[in-house]
Amino acid sequence: MVVHEQGEQVDHGRRMVNWLLGSSLGVLFVSIFYPIVKYLIPPKLAEPTTVSVTLPWKLAELKANSGRIFRFKSLPGILVKTSGGDLRAFSAVCTHLQCTVQYREDRQDIWCACHNGVYDLNGKNISGPPPRPLEALKLNVRGDQIIVMKG
Amino acid sequence: MAVVRITAWLEERIDLWPIRHFIQKKVIPVHRHSVWYYFGGMTLFLFAIQVATGILLTLYYRPSGEEAYESVQFIMTDVQFGWLVRSIHSWSANLMVLMMMIHAFSVYLMQAYRKPRELTWVTGMLLFGIVLFFGFSGYLLPWNVLSYFATKVGTEIAGQFPLVGHLLMRLLRGGDEVTGATVSRFYGIHIAILPALTTAILALHLFLVQKQGMSVPPSVERAHRGQPLRAMPFVPNFLLRDLFGWFVTLGLLAALAALFPWELGQKADPFAPAPAGIRPEWYFVFMFQSLKYIPAKIGPFDGEVLGVLGFSLGGLFLLLVPFLDKKSALGEPSPLFRRIGIGIIAYIVIFTVLGYVAPAVP
Ligand code: FES
Repeated sequence: MVVHEQGEQVDHGRRMVNWLLGSSLGVLFVSIFYPIVKYLIPPKLAEPTTVSVTLPWKLAELKANSGRIFRFKSLPGILVKTSGGDLRAFSAVCTHLQCTVQYREDRQDIWCACHNGVYDLNGKNISGPPPRPLEALKLNVRGDQIIVMKG
Repeated sequence: MAVVRITAWLEERIDLWPIRHFIQKKVIPVHRHSVWYYFGGMTLFLFAIQVATGILLTLYYRPSGEEAYESVQFIMTDVQFGWLVRSIHSWSANLMVLMMMIHAFSVYLMQAYRKPRELTWVTGMLLFGIVLFFGFSGYLLPWNVLSYFATKVGTEIAGQFPLVGHLLMRLLRGGDEVTGATVSRFYGIHIAILPALTTAILALHLFLVQKQGMSVPPSVERAHRGQPLRAMPFVPNFLLRDLFGWFVTLGLLAALAALFPWELGQKADPFAPAPAGIRPEWYFVFMFQSLKYIPAKIGPFDGEVLGVLGFSLGGLFLLLVPFLDKKSALGEPSPLFRRIGIGIIAYIVIFTVLGYVAPAVP
């Protein structure tokens, strides 16, 4: 009976040591890998707060039935002048896998070369893989200046 | 003779028995499928070329958005034989992927993955994934228009994974967009992380191959009904044949690199539209072409999410095939898995061809 109790004590002690060793190893690994994993995740950069951009072209410069890419914050946007003379602006980032779209004068639509996505001049996805319309941007024409805004 | 003296000197200090034993004992079975045994060694040879030319390229290359393109241009135009080194690095990468694919699929069709070689297969598939990632990460480094959009689409595809996708994408890009930070990150991946992984897994792969010897296709085994097969010694008979193949490949590489120097293209411009006819490297074309055919929405799901999941499941199937194919583990014929393998190969071939012949503009 006494021997048995001793055995239990030894068992208990050993389990205790194993547990301590095991968990301190665990803590050691976590304390090494946690900072590494966090280091790998790139920090979020502050987005510039201005949400309106004045385009580098004058209204008079733009031909009907043409499209141009412009810089909207850190992303490309596309300005289209329809054959009717209407101005439209969208984000030029394809909603499929983010390639940059282009205006096609011959077919009067917006095309993404990466996987043949096609949008109409309202930005609506009409064929190919893109799942959503292009994000529309607001336009504001002041005299000869074109200002684009998010909204 | 010097060689004998050096071996004797070494033998006094370290035990050379394992090497001697390996040289004397390793044999290659001779049968009508023996030709497939060459492709693993060929892949290894091309990998060695990649390491050598890659190290040379690091001496001039600068991994940043402002300098990457210019530094590759500098290598191509100003550094003596720079064009040759870069060209060989690019060509050899492509040949290596090709050889690896032939190696992997011949192993699959000969069912060499079956017991007891499951781990050899698994390490091989891991190497397959790493090599594709090598290709993908290296493609961005010249920072030209094609590589810019390829990386954008490729990392966006990684971003389609449920739950972890977005984090994965930011991890790969080193930010929210593909920028100079992505170049630095891919460079680190390409020249440090992937080589380290490759070294470890490749060592295990080769160790297992040596430990277990060459696998003989079950059909050949059955045809011989336990009779020993003909075999040729690895050293020197098979090794000399290997060397001959490598020598021819080296010549082919030099010819390709000299006659068709790898182009640099236009510098990447995040504010230019994706060029018409854009297409990834040939070994990703079958996936690229499939993405074109998947509709935008399938039920409530985005088409490309399902596509990406489908390809991941395919990869997972290949990784785990030794554990799924119970029949060939027992040495019995396993026509189902054979057909699946042929189906996968056919899919890859057909969609790759489609990617090159189907019209690019709707
Ligand atoms: S990225 Fe535009 S269609 Fe795929």
